[in-house]
Amino acid sequence: MTSALQRFLPLIVTTAVLVVGFLLCAAQFPNFASWRVVGNLLTDNAFLGITAVGMTFVILSGGIDLSVGAVIGFTTVLLAVLIEHGGWHPLAAFAVALIAAGGFGAAMGGVIHVFQMPPFIVTLAGMFIARGLGFVLTTDSVPINHPLYGELNDIALRFGAGGKLSLPAMLMLGVVVAAVVLAHWTRFGANLYALGGNRQSAELMGVPVGRTTVAVYALSGLLAGLAGIVFSLYTGAGYSLAATGVELDTITAVVIGGTQLTGGYGYVVGTFVGVLIQGLIQTYITFDGTLSSWWTKIAIGVLLFVFILLQKGLLTVWAGRGGEPAEA
Amino acid sequence: MTASTAPPSSAPLLAIRGLSKAFLGVQALDGVDFTLRHGEIHALLGENGAGKSTLIKTLTGVYQRDGGTVALEGREIAPRGVEEAQRLHIGTVYQEVNLLPNLSVAENLFLGRQPMRWGLVDRGAMRRRARAILMPYGLSIDVTAPLGRFSVATQQIIAIARAVDMSAKVLILDEPTASLDAQEVAVLFKVMRTLRSRGIGIVFVTHFLDQVYEVCDRITVLRNGRLVGERRTAELPRLDLVAMMLGRELEAAAHRIDLGPAELDSRPPLASFKAFGKSRSVEPFDLDIRPGEVVALAGLLGSGRTETVRLVFGMDRADQGEATVDGRKVRLKGPRDAVRLGFGFCPEDRKKEGIVGELSVRENIILALQARQGWLKPIPRRRQEEIADRFIRLLDIRTPDAERPIQLLSGGNQQKALLARWLATEPRLLILDEPTRGIDVGAHAEIIRLIERLCADGMALLVVSSELEEIVAYSRRVVVLRDRRHVAELRGGEVSVERIVAAIASESKSGEVRQ
Ligand SMILES: Nc1ncnc2c1ncn2[C@@H]1O[C@H](COP(=O)(O)OP(=O)(O)O)[C@@H](O)[C@H]1O
Ligand SMILES: [Mg+2]
Repeated sequence: MTSALQRFLPLIVTTAVLVVGFLLCAAQFPNFASWRVVGNLLTDNAFLGITAVGMTFVILSGGIDLSVGAVIGFTTVLLAVLIEHGGWHPLAAFAVALIAAGGFGAAMGGVIHVFQMPPFIVTLAGMFIARGLGFVLTTDSVPINHPLYGELNDIALRFGAGGKLSLPAMLMLGVVVAAVVLAHWTRFGANLYALGGNRQSAELMGVPVGRTTVAVYALSGLLAGLAGIVFSLYTGAGYSLAATGVELDTITAVVIGGTQLTGGYGYVVGTFVGVLIQGLIQTYITFDGTLSSWWTKIAIGVLLFVFILLQKGLLTVWAGRGGEPAEA
Repeated sequence: MTASTAPPSSAPLLAIRGLSKAFLGVQALDGVDFTLRHGEIHALLGENGAGKSTLIKTLTGVYQRDGGTVALEGREIAPRGVEEAQRLHIGTVYQEVNLLPNLSVAENLFLGRQPMRWGLVDRGAMRRRARAILMPYGLSIDVTAPLGRFSVATQQIIAIARAVDMSAKVLILDEPTASLDAQEVAVLFKVMRTLRSRGIGIVFVTHFLDQVYEVCDRITVLRNGRLVGERRTAELPRLDLVAMMLGRELEAAAHRIDLGPAELDSRPPLASFKAFGKSRSVEPFDLDIRPGEVVALAGLLGSGRTETVRLVFGMDRADQGEATVDGRKVRLKGPRDAVRLGFGFCPEDRKKEGIVGELSVRENIILALQARQGWLKPIPRRRQEEIADRFIRLLDIRTPDAERPIQLLSGGNQQKALLARWLATEPRLLILDEPTRGIDVGAHAEIIRLIERLCADGMALLVVSSELEEIVAYSRRVVVLRDRRHVAELRGGEVSVERIVAAIASESKSGEVRQ
């Protein structure tokens, strides 16, 4: 089964990096290897993980979505304004935010498909529009004081010594599991990979290209909206500048996770591991206490570079091996 | 797979009437009629650009038609996409088949119609059924491996298997045999005959007339987007068919020029190879090539023909034996050495190794000449134009002018431009790998005529071709290869299709030892 090994190699390497990294941290800091740290790692990176799942699908389909950070920011503002200024119940506000974010993504997907525009440009425009809309609603940071927020933040599954699985962490894990099923056990998932493999061939094989394109950007928008809800729970506020640059963090997680930026190859689980690696670096720097937090960026930058070289290397090796043994 | 048992009603399986389709100024289809009956294999023929692929794509909803009607078993249909055509039980292998290299074989076979259980894709069932689908083609491969791992021929068979499995009513194959060898084609024909006996109608597009006469019941010919006519294969002699396709009478296929073996051997060889070979590529062979003769290499796909010419041209380095040119020992370390010795090479895959699509016809033609002179001594523009115009005229390359990007030309004309590139260097030995593959009948005949003219001028030619009749028409000597060995050499009067086939097919007794 060398072929299976080859296919999963990027994923295996990423996971190995996470495990080795965790062991190194644990060796250096005595109380690092605890359920509390694991629980916090999941909670702190929940919004990033949820967004990155959507990004994985978009990239698998051969596209990119630069608007997700802005959509998260917009969602937090929309929630704050509806709940605090409009007096809405948070659940109603959540529903509206999800519909708005999903609809926004669907609209971008529609433009990309109908006008055959590059996703990079369309979602870049989407990024500016979503940020701008947030500012139109309010330029202030609006605290959300609804009692439901407190209650939601108290929901947690406790496990081990001091470990707890918060609602955001549960949501992220749920999204990851659902995404794995969607990617590998539904026709939509197969269509995404097909689209990322070769758009023209996919079309000639009967893949509904338009529908799939719209759906994948809608899904990415929807998940960014969900991430926005999680983010507002986490920070207890709505702010139009929230989550700036998150689109780049998610793309980083996707690439570290072994998904090819050109589409067609990759796994959702890899992205999840990529998110955890970024979180781990962040946690390390917090533990150390003396390092500037910018070291996080530098470490991630180096890691990203190494992973891209690794992928390139693997691809070259595969190409060199050629096809079947040549016998009649 | 349920509809195949439907009783053949009085209505034909597929009735296309007055189909029209234009692309920005090109009338690709102009009021074409086409009728496919239950249980027939129907060849759709015509030169490159006749509109065959456009007919297929318009029929299956890839393009939307400008006018005309299509009826499937008497009911009007107008699919708006491939998916809809598939749901109508029309399975198609398009000319540019590319399946998806990143998906597994099983996923490719079942994309868009995966077996489902409890709302989810049943991957186990998909694997099992994929294996079953490939069984009749003699393919037992790992269906979970990415498709991109397999050879082009295997991928082609998988594409065909997918289309066959979806075509409960109509199967359309647009030039599916281009990359298949004789055995694979035989398997495909067997499958096609089985489908025909089940009442399925098959539309078959090919450039190989032998194949048409082997399996097809009926022939429809298109020319310049118009219908020329429909005939029963049995009632249409080959020459009439070619005339229909070309719209003019074609002089009978090239006549044989017989040169007795005696005279052949008395000439001193231009190039001579002794025990020349490369391990794991092709076994050592002896080969003499004399001025003014055509030596053909015949054999099945993978028999070592292409490997032989790659060695001769220095693209692969021989690890044993020696080469002499004009009686002097030479070293062939790379194509540059070969070019310096006056060799030229037209590769088989002209898209990948030959033409540079974005460059103009002129630039493509002078490429090899310029390379031989060295890039520091540019050929003056005036001279370039002279050379390009001369060859465009000489080879009848159909292009509005020499400055047109070569990718806009048809396949046959690209091939001729590639030939011109090497002729411009006035080579003493020209190697042609499948010179007539994938080009239309008209250009085909011209290229054969050209080959004969070149030899009359004293140039030596080494040709690889799968078209045995062609080989017989122009070769004075034929080297037959099998399993990466040169197994026989036929000369002069011995050259005939039967003897070549016999040599290819003969078992490795008759004195030869295998490995
Ligand atoms: N997508 C397209 N856009 C513009 N012109 C096209 C397109 N497809 C085909 N054509 C033109 O239509 C004509 C018929 O082409 P095609 O159907 O591919 O011929 P065939 O398959 O018989 O070789 C040609 O002149 C070709 O250049
Ligand atoms: Mg065609």
